[in-house]
Amino acid sequence: MDPLLQVRDLSVSYRQESAEPHQAVAAVGFDIHAGEVLGVMGESGCGKTTVALSLLGLLPRDRTDISGSILFRGRELKGMKEAELRRIRGAEISLVYQEPEIALCPVMRVGQQIAEVLRAHKSWTTGRCRVEANSLLARVGFENPSQIADRYPHQLSGGQRQRILLAQALACEPALIVADEPTASLDASSQSEFLELLRQLKDETSTAMLLISHAPEVQATLADRLVVMSHGQIIEQGDIRQVCLHPADPRTRKLLDRNASGALGTFVGTELHPEHELIV
Amino acid sequence: MTTASHKEALPLLAVRGVTQEFRKTGLFSASASPVRALDDISFILHRQTTLAIIGESGAGKSSLARCIALLEKPTAGEILFGEQNVLALNGRELLPFQRAVQLVFQDPTSSLNPRFTAAELVSEPLVVQGEGTAAQRHQKALELMHQVGLPAKWSNKRPLEFSGGQRQRLAIARALSLNPRLIIFDEALSSLDIDNQELILQLLANLQRERSLTYIHITHDLNLVSRVADEIAVIHQGRIVEHGAAPALLEHQETAYARELFFGRSTLSAILDARFAEAQR
Repeated sequence: MDPLLQVRDLSVSYRQESAEPHQAVAAVGFDIHAGEVLGVMGESGCGKTTVALSLLGLLPRDRTDISGSILFRGRELKGMKEAELRRIRGAEISLVYQEPEIALCPVMRVGQQIAEVLRAHKSWTTGRCRVEANSLLARVGFENPSQIADRYPHQLSGGQRQRILLAQALACEPALIVADEPTASLDASSQSEFLELLRQLKDETSTAMLLISHAPEVQATLADRLVVMSHGQIIEQGDIRQVCLHPADPRTRKLLDRNASGALGTFVGTELHPEHELIV
Repeated sequence: MTTASHKEALPLLAVRGVTQEFRKTGLFSASASPVRALDDISFILHRQTTLAIIGESGAGKSSLARCIALLEKPTAGEILFGEQNVLALNGRELLPFQRAVQLVFQDPTSSLNPRFTAAELVSEPLVVQGEGTAAQRHQKALELMHQVGLPAKWSNKRPLEFSGGQRQRLAIARALSLNPRLIIFDEALSSLDIDNQELILQLLANLQRERSLTYIHITHDLNLVSRVADEIAVIHQGRIVEHGAAPALLEHQETAYARELFFGRSTLSAILDARFAEAQR
């Protein structure tokens, strides 16, 4: 079966006013199959988010040069007309942003914000959109959807707002969800709740996901395969267990070590028991 | 007042059998059994030491911090500060104790009033305690800001104009304003990035030496624990399950709970094992 998404030789550089263009992504290639979670891991500034935005055609056209190919269900996304992209964005590929504070409109009830996604892509009545929005709220784990729908973003916690974004992303049952550091802004307990929710949705639906996260434990919880990036290039990719437990590249090992969640693990591993390999 | 030599021998703080229960007060659940947040907690803490209290969320760490700072009254037990059982004190008798113990919260953005200037925030505790004239208080605020590395020219800025790390330093300056002897940090450093954390730890170490301060860090950040703690107490379901000198406890844990807390979650292989074992079943 053909992969859902095929990225080949993707390079992105940002033009700058008074300097040489900055190459953020260099000759990157990977596949995502239907229902699969592909993790992208790397330090900040390695080009993770640029890859994500290029899949959605969200890079500023007048300031970026993109080469290579992004094939989604047999269609080339690179250079696609904005009007065409808009039909795909939100409907077939959707995005869960890192910061729910910025992604949600502060003066609009959250139920409306979910219904808005449906109205943009389906020719449903307002009433039907509202009903669907409520069932989406239930799907992302709210026990009282109709009450939550009437709230404004500031009346919700960070974890709840992140779930609203997820409900928006799920609204049109996309084939691919791009999640850019979906847990980075959450505290430890809402982070694990949100991961658990994503894991459940993964089991229930056939939606594929591109999961961008610098945190190895997030990747280990969700990703089926892992792509490791450094300075715009892919340094390693493979099965999640293979990459996490037997990293081939020393830079991957460093990323896994430095970011390992129980931070003491790292400390004890490096300082108190130098012989004790905790991570691998 | 006791003599100086007697004071030296006495621990700064002794917590004896502290128990804290919360009653669920739902409309129909009045008869429900109370939730025991703290269960017979006892420990002593000597001056100029740093104790780290660790445990997973919900273990009772913050309840304990709030009890020691007298923000909440435990259901049973004694909290001795020097020789005085502070739980027996009322009203104005508590003032000296409230000066001596300061609490720094997790999130300086929400714990600092956004409408106050930096200098007002730092000197507010002095106002509450009725200390000095306005000019003296302002002068003291500038000195404290200087001590935590914030230039005096920023004294008219408001909290939101500071970065996260600077804001936490402001919170520390405020805590220092009443010359406390014990400062409790309730996850106060966990939200900072590693550079800012390092900076503040340096600062705290210097202050500890200069003022012979005693610290309690309530945290789940085990990296922080291993860097600052002289002693570690592991708390689980409201009880202290392990307590000892930091190096020894980091090296060897008696209880399975502490071992899991230290190592269990940190290994990616454990996450992966759990996940793929489930898939096979």
